[in-house]
Amino acid sequence: MNHLPPNAAALDAHARQIRAETLRMIHRARSSHAGSALSMIDLLVVLYEKVLRVRPDELDWPERDRFLLSKGHACAGLYAVLARRGFFPLDWLNDFYGDNARLPGHATHAGIPGIEVSTGSLGHGLAIACGMALAGKSDNKSYRVFALLSDGECDEGSTWEAALFAPHHRLDNLVVIVDYNKIQSLGTVKEVLDLEPLAKKWESFGWAVREINGHDFGEIEPALVNVPFESGKPACVIAHTVKGKGVDFMEDKLLWHYRALNDEEFHSALTQLGEPA
Amino acid sequence: MRAAFFRALLDVAEQDQRVWLATADLGFGVVEPFASRFPDRFLNVGVAEQNLTGIAAGVALSGKIVFTYSIANFPTLRCLEQIRNDVCYHKANVKIVAIGGGFSYGALGMTHHATEDLAILRALPEMTVVAPGDPVETEAATQAVAACPGPCYLRLGRAGEPVVHQSKFDFEIGKAIALQDGDDITIISTGGMLATAREAAEALDARGISARLLSMHTLKPLDTDAVLRAARETRAIITLEEHSVIGGLGSAVAEVLAESAEEKIAFKRLGVTSAFSSVIGSQEFLREHHGLSVRGVLRAAEELLRATEGQRGARAELASRAGVR
Repeated sequence: MNHLPPNAAALDAHARQIRAETLRMIHRARSSHAGSALSMIDLLVVLYEKVLRVRPDELDWPERDRFLLSKGHACAGLYAVLARRGFFPLDWLNDFYGDNARLPGHATHAGIPGIEVSTGSLGHGLAIACGMALAGKSDNKSYRVFALLSDGECDEGSTWEAALFAPHHRLDNLVVIVDYNKIQSLGTVKEVLDLEPLAKKWESFGWAVREINGHDFGEIEPALVNVPFESGKPACVIAHTVKGKGVDFMEDKLLWHYRALNDEEFHSALTQLGEPA
Repeated sequence: MRAAFFRALLDVAEQDQRVWLATADLGFGVVEPFASRFPDRFLNVGVAEQNLTGIAAGVALSGKIVFTYSIANFPTLRCLEQIRNDVCYHKANVKIVAIGGGFSYGALGMTHHATEDLAILRALPEMTVVAPGDPVETEAATQAVAACPGPCYLRLGRAGEPVVHQSKFDFEIGKAIALQDGDDITIISTGGMLATAREAAEALDARGISARLLSMHTLKPLDTDAVLRAARETRAIITLEEHSVIGGLGSAVAEVLAESAEEKIAFKRLGVTSAFSSVIGSQEFLREHHGLSVRGVLRAAEELLRATEGQRGARAELASRAGVR
């Protein structure tokens, strides 16, 4: 795709803009899930700028790669990425979460270009992705399907139903990315329901697994560009991330799963990102 | 109904390459012809109904028509949220098929009694709900849901139900089929109760009570015109369903009647009262136990007609008194 020049500095600048855009939305709307959005933004930037074969001007292009944000609550970050990528006008981002708003607080396909499926209830995305990948194989299409999951939704049994299915059907056109920021709704993953050893779990289910630093473009891009990792196996990228990444007082803090930024916090965050409020 | 469904499905799949069949590891002895004829369009996901439904949505959103197949409450209640979010919200072309509606698996106990499915599926936006009355309707219904864009629920009985329709009929989703005309009382039946309803209607006729019989194979969209015509043209309505009296056919008909401008009509819902069936047994036994029998319909019909006689009498008396004054 190479929408942006192939260097980390450009990606970094882009990611900072997306983070700022995301926080503007969340602050304006007094909504939540800022931490959940910030942890996945570097992954989304690489996907939409370097990996996904998509055409903002041809939404139903049959060969397009499919991206499903299974952790639909983090949608502010995705909306910002899609707007910047040209799927819809930037000013739509001002119309988020409020009464009769164009952009709902969970990823919604209806009327929003670039969103393949609506999510919001956890544990749904991977099964739908499996179905799309299976149909792609059946039709001899070359598109890939990417599903981004939260660590919390690895608690859902339905996630593991799909995790069993994909390797059995040799869906090597399917990629799961786990945004492993280690914090879920009421506590750390370790406290609530420990997922470790997470990579081994996916491996033992039959996935080709890679663990990366989900904020290092030097690791994200080579991983996502090189899928499948193994012919005949679906790929699982466990991205070790930091909840609230990019804003020092939000990083690795449970609070920012739900808390909306007040004016002071907002200005401080934008200053850190080097972006105007 | 099961054999009729698979017969029709094979035809439909023969004609339309987009048709897939997906099961959650059920259908021993019945899915094999499809699986061997269309191996690339047959999928057994294992014992995982949430996955079944999510995958079906994903396949359907890629341009296919996917029938999901299982028994009793498994393809519906077990994966209800996948049906609501993944299928209905996306208007995905998924046809949910449940074998074993009502007490088909009566002896297997409460888990296998599908007695709330119609109510629950009927409440979902975008969902079409069809419960054919006999094998002939089943075949037509299978073809109709395949051709109907968007989510459908096809609720079937089991195997070996009698053919009720003796003459040709037009099957159209949302249009009740009148099997018998009458002007004293209307019996509205959905799903596999049709044979019982037919027998009851004939017994009423033999007693000189003119009974109208409607097969309401589509619960949603409901044929409100047929209901309102029955309210205008007959004196009483009985609904008959192998399902809870809450939320199914009886409720759907009651909603129409309550909101209509028609004069109040004598009305009775026959179905399962809102309690788990503490007894088990064959379908026939459990139907009888819950009053879903010819005898049960006749008893209800007599009570309703007696009540309307009473009302008529009271009205006549009031009228005559008014005349005296």
